[in-house]
Amino acid sequence: MSTNDTPRHDELVVTHAPEGVVDPGLPPHQPRLGDTDPKASKRSERIVAALFGLSVLGSIGVIVAYFAFPPGESVSSIQQSNMFLGLGLAFCFAGIGFGAVHWAKSIMNDHEKVEERHPQRSSDEDRAAAVEVLKEGAADSGIARRSALKGGLITALALLPLPVALPLIGNVGADWDVSKFRHTMWRRGTRLMTDPTYRPIRAADVTIGSVVHVIPEGLHHDELESDQSFMDEKAKAVVLLVRLDERDLKHTEGSYHGIVAFSKICTHVGCPVALYEQQTHHLLCPCHQSTFDVADGAKVVFGPAKRALPQLPITVDDEGYLIATDDFSEPIGPSFWERVK
Amino acid sequence: MTTTRLERASAGTADFLDQRTGIGVAVKNFARKIFPDHWSFLLGEIALFSFVVLLGSGIFLTMFFVPSMTEVHYEGPWAPMHGVEMSEAFASTLRLSFEVRGGLLMRQIHHWAALLFMAAIVVHMLRVFFTGAFRKPRELNWVVGFTLLILGLAAGFTGYSLPDDVLSGNGLRITDGVVKAIPIIGSYMSYFVFGGEFPGTDIIPRLFTLHILVVPGLILALIGLHLFLVVLHKHTQFPGSGRTDGNVVGFPLFPVYTAKAGGFAFIVFGLITLMAATIQINPVWNYGPYDPSPVSAGAQPDWYMLFLEGSLRLMPGQTEYVIGGYTLSLNVLIPAVVIPGLLFTVLGAWPFLEAYATGEKREHHVLDRPRNAPTRTAAGVAIVTAFFILVLAGANDLIATHFEMSLNDITWAFRVLFFVAPVFAFWITKRICLGLQRRDRDLVLHGHESATIVRLAHGEYIEVHKPLDEHELWLRVNYSSPRPIEIEPAEDSRGVRRKGYRADRIRRRLSEFFYADRIEPVSAEELAAARAHQAEHHALLEGGGRHSAALPAEESTSTTVDVEATSDR
Amino acid sequence: MKAIAARRHHRQAPVVLLVLALLVMGGVYAAFATTSADATVVTQSDDDVEAGRKLFAANCASCHGLNAEGRQNAPSLVGVGAASVYFQVSTGRMPMQADAPQAEAKPPQFGEEATRQLAAYVASLGAGPAIPTEDQVDPAKGDPASGMALFRTNCSMCHAASGAGGALTQGKYAPSVLNTDPAAIYTAMATGPQSMPVFNDMTLTPEEKRDIIAFIDAQKEGAPGGLDLGQIGPVGEGMWAFIVGMGLLIACAVWIGAKSS
Repeated sequence: MSTNDTPRHDELVVTHAPEGVVDPGLPPHQPRLGDTDPKASKRSERIVAALFGLSVLGSIGVIVAYFAFPPGESVSSIQQSNMFLGLGLAFCFAGIGFGAVHWAKSIMNDHEKVEERHPQRSSDEDRAAAVEVLKEGAADSGIARRSALKGGLITALALLPLPVALPLIGNVGADWDVSKFRHTMWRRGTRLMTDPTYRPIRAADVTIGSVVHVIPEGLHHDELESDQSFMDEKAKAVVLLVRLDERDLKHTEGSYHGIVAFSKICTHVGCPVALYEQQTHHLLCPCHQSTFDVADGAKVVFGPAKRALPQLPITVDDEGYLIATDDFSEPIGPSFWERVK
Repeated sequence: MTTTRLERASAGTADFLDQRTGIGVAVKNFARKIFPDHWSFLLGEIALFSFVVLLGSGIFLTMFFVPSMTEVHYEGPWAPMHGVEMSEAFASTLRLSFEVRGGLLMRQIHHWAALLFMAAIVVHMLRVFFTGAFRKPRELNWVVGFTLLILGLAAGFTGYSLPDDVLSGNGLRITDGVVKAIPIIGSYMSYFVFGGEFPGTDIIPRLFTLHILVVPGLILALIGLHLFLVVLHKHTQFPGSGRTDGNVVGFPLFPVYTAKAGGFAFIVFGLITLMAATIQINPVWNYGPYDPSPVSAGAQPDWYMLFLEGSLRLMPGQTEYVIGGYTLSLNVLIPAVVIPGLLFTVLGAWPFLEAYATGEKREHHVLDRPRNAPTRTAAGVAIVTAFFILVLAGANDLIATHFEMSLNDITWAFRVLFFVAPVFAFWITKRICLGLQRRDRDLVLHGHESATIVRLAHGEYIEVHKPLDEHELWLRVNYSSPRPIEIEPAEDSRGVRRKGYRADRIRRRLSEFFYADRIEPVSAEELAAARAHQAEHHALLEGGGRHSAALPAEESTSTTVDVEATSDR
Repeated sequence: MKAIAARRHHRQAPVVLLVLALLVMGGVYAAFATTSADATVVTQSDDDVEAGRKLFAANCASCHGLNAEGRQNAPSLVGVGAASVYFQVSTGRMPMQADAPQAEAKPPQFGEEATRQLAAYVASLGAGPAIPTEDQVDPAKGDPASGMALFRTNCSMCHAASGAGGALTQGKYAPSVLNTDPAAIYTAMATGPQSMPVFNDMTLTPEEKRDIIAFIDAQKEGAPGGLDLGQIGPVGEGMWAFIVGMGLLIACAVWIGAKSS
C-alpha cells in the first residue's frame, strides 16, 4: 500500500476471492407490497396514524391516572397508582416508537444507497503542513533555545496537583486514626444486651440450641458518649451468642456453661455471619459462604475466610446476667495489612 | 406554487441559524449520511437510549431524594416501618416510593433502565468483538467503549448503595473489606472512602455526588466521543456482494434512520416503562434501613457486579498469608482485584493484541463472519464462559435452593469449572468455526444439495447439486484468512545474533496461536477443477440416457455417490 | 398530669384503680406464667395421652424408640414438648419419608385430633414448650413494624428479607415461611426444629413472636411495585432484565432491521 500519495478511496478495497470470481454488486431491490399496491400503502399509513393515536391515548391515560389513582396507604392502591401511570406512559412512548419505525419500514423509500469511504489518514501534504505549522509555533515561542523556561514550566505543572489534592486528601479521611478499628465498645463488665430489643440476658434463660443477636450495654442512642457514633460502634461490636451442650465444645475458655459469644463480623470481607445451624454447630455467612465451626472456636471449615471469628470472653455478674470479661483479643472483621502488628 | 406559511417559517429559522453558525454545511454533509441496516447495530442504541432514560428518571429522583445519613424516625404510610429509625436517605426513598405520585414508577424505571443499560453495553460489546468491528481504524473507539463499560459499573455501584438499605449496606461493607485488603495502604484507603470508620456518615453524600455528577458527566462526555468517532469512521457493514472496505451501503440518516433510530428510542422508553409499571424491582422496604447487624439470605448485588461476588465466593480461604507480621489477603485480592483486572485488561487490549499477531496495517470496514476468525471467536466464547461461571457462582445459594443441591458441592463444581469450562469452550468453539469454514468450502466447490437423485446412463446414481448464486458465492469466498507471520532468522548471514529476535519470537508464537489452525480458502485452481467436473456431469446428463426419476432424499442417502451435479450456468 | 390529678377525686376512682391494679397483677402473672411455660407440662387428659401413646407406638417408635428415648438417627423426644410435635407433625415433616439432608414439609399424615394426642403423649414424657393458643398467634394482634425489626435481625439471614427462604450448607435450606400457618411459625421459633436455632421466650417474648407472625402475614398483601419475581432479589431481577427486557428489545431490533414485505 502506498504511503506517499494522497489516500484514495480504492486503496481501501481489498479482494480475497480467488481469481475469476468477481463481486456481482448489490443484489437487486425487491419491491415491497406497498410499492406496487396502493391499497397496501394506504393500509400502512392508517396503521402508522393509529399507532400515533395510541400514544395520544396513553398521554391522556397518564393524566387521568394521576388524579384517579393516588398512591394512598395500602399496598393495592400503591400498586394501582404505579401500574396505571406506568401503562399510560408506556403506551405514550411505544405508540410513537412503533409508529415511526413502521413509517420508516413500510412507507419511506427503501432503496439502499451507497456512500464512498476514504482512508482516515490525512494526505501527505496535510501532514507536512501540520508539522510545519507546529515547528513555526515552537520557533515563535522560543522554547527550544530557552531550556530554563521548559524546566520551569514542567516543574510548575508537576507540582500543581499537590496543592489541589492535599487539602482534599488531608480531610477526606477524617482523623486518619486507623487504630480505631482495633477496639470495640466491649469492656470488662459490659453486659450483653439483645438486639434490637436491648434487654440484658440472664445466662439461665439461654436454652441449648439458642441463638441471640447481641450488642453491648451502652450501645443505645440515649447512653452513647458524645464521641461515639452509634453506627460505627455497632458495626464493630455486634456479637452472636450461642448455647451448645457443654460436652460439644472443644475449647471452653471464654465460654460460660456452654454459652459462647463470637464477633458477628466475618473475617473475610465483613458481612454479618449469622446463619447458625444448631445441629452441626456451623455458622454460615450468606454473602460468600464462609462456614465457621462454633463448637471448635469458630474455626473456618469452608469458604473464602481464613481466620476464625474473634471470640468475646464472657461470664456472669452477681445477678446472673451475662457480661464480657474483656474486649476481643484481636481486631474484628476483615484482614488488613498491619492487623497483627 | 406558492410557499406555505410553514415553509416560510422554516426557511426564516434556517436562514437565521445559518447566518450565525454556517450550519448549512453540516446539514449538507450529515443529513443524508448513510447507515447500514442490521439488527445487531441497534444494540449500542439500546444502551444509549437506556442512558437517556436514566438521565430523565434520575433528574426526577434527585428532586425528592435526600442524600443524608442523619437518623430520623419514619412516619409515613408504610405500616411495617412505623416509628423505625432510619437514615434520611432511606426515609426519602420510602417517601419517593409511597407518597410521591409516580415516584415508585420513576424509581423502578431508573433501576430497570440501569440493568438494561449494562446488559445492552455488554451485548453490544460482544457484537463488536465477535464481528471484529474493533479493528483499525476503530481501536480507539473500542477503548472508549470499554471505558464506558467501566464507568457504567461505577454508576451502577454508586447508585445501588444510595437508598441505604440492608442489602446495599452489606454491599458497602464488603467494599470496605476489599479495600482494607489492599496491601500497605488498605486501612487508610478505607478511611479515605468512608471518611473515617465504616459506615460513618459521609459515604451516602459522597456516593451521591459521584452518582449524579462525576460519573454521568464522564459517561456523557465519552458517549459524545464514542458517537463522534462512529460518524467519523462511518459505520461498519456486514460482508456481502457490493459491500467493500471502500463503501458503505444503507439508508440515509434523514429520514430513514431518524425514524428508525428515533422510533427505537421510544420503543426502548416504552418497554422500560412497561417493565417498571408491572414488575417490582429493588423493594428496599423489604430489606429495611441499614443496620450493621442484620443480613439477608440471597445477599447479592445487581447482575453486572455478580461476577465479582461469585469470584469472592469461589476463592478458598487458605490463601491469606502473614509475611513478616504483615497480612496479605490473597483470598480477597485475587478474586476481587486480580481476576477482574485480568479479564478487563485482556478485553481492553484485545484490538492491539490481535493487530500485533496479524501484523496487518490496513483499515477494516467490512465485518468478519465469526467463523472466519476462529481463534478470536473461540477466545471470546471462553471469556464469556469464565464470566458466566462467575455469575452463576455469585448465585450459588439460589441454585442450591431452586435445584435442591448442596451449596458446598456447587461451589466445588464451579471452582473446577472456572478453569476447565473456558478451555473446553475455546476448543469446541474453534472446532465449530473450522467446521463451518469447511462447510463453506464444500458449498463453494459443490453447491447446495438439491435432494434430487439422478441415475446416469451407465447406471451411476448422483445427487444433483445446485451451484451457489453469484451473491452467495461472493459471500463465502471473499474473506481474509491470515497465516502466522514469518520472522527473520535468529542469526544474520554472518552468524551474529540479531537484536530484537526474542520479541519477534514471542510475536511469532502469538501469531501461531491465532492462525496456525486454518482452513485453506478455495483457490482459483480448485474452483476451476470443480467447475470442470460439474460441466462433465452436465454433459452426461444432457447427453441422453437420463431416464430416471427423482428419489426421495431419505431413501437415497445410502446409495448416493458423492459427486457434483450439473449446472445450468 | 393535671387531668389525672383532677380525676383522682372522681367517685369512680377506686374502681378504676382496682381494675388497673388487677390488670397490672394479671400482666405480671402472665409474664411470669409465659416465661415458665417453657418448663411446665401442659396437662392433658389421660385419654389423649393414652391414645397418643398408641399412635406413637404404631407410627414413630420404629425410629424414635418405644419410649421415645431416641435411636441412632432419630433424637430422643423426652422434653421436646408438645410444640415440637405440633410443628413436625402438622407440617408433615414427621413421619420422615426418605433419608434427605433435612425433613421436608409435605401434606400432614395425621389429622388435628391425632396430632393433638401425639403431642399430649410426648408432652407427658418431659417438660417442654406448649402449643400456643389461638390468641398468641393471631396476626391481627401483632405489630408488623416491631415484627419487621425482629425478623430482620433474627430471621432474615436464613429465611431472606421477605421470608422466601434461603440455602444452608450441604443441601440443607431454610424454607419459605410465606405460606406457613402461624402456629407452625410460633412452634418453630419456640422449639428450633432441625438446623434452626431455638428462640425461647427470653430471646423473643410471646408478644414479639406474634409481631413476627404479623409481619409475615403482612407480606401476603402483595408487592406494591407489581410482580414480585419470587422475592429472590437482584439475581431474579437480572434474569428478567435479560430474558424479558433484552429479549423483547432484540426482537424489536430484528423487526426494525428486517426488510418490510
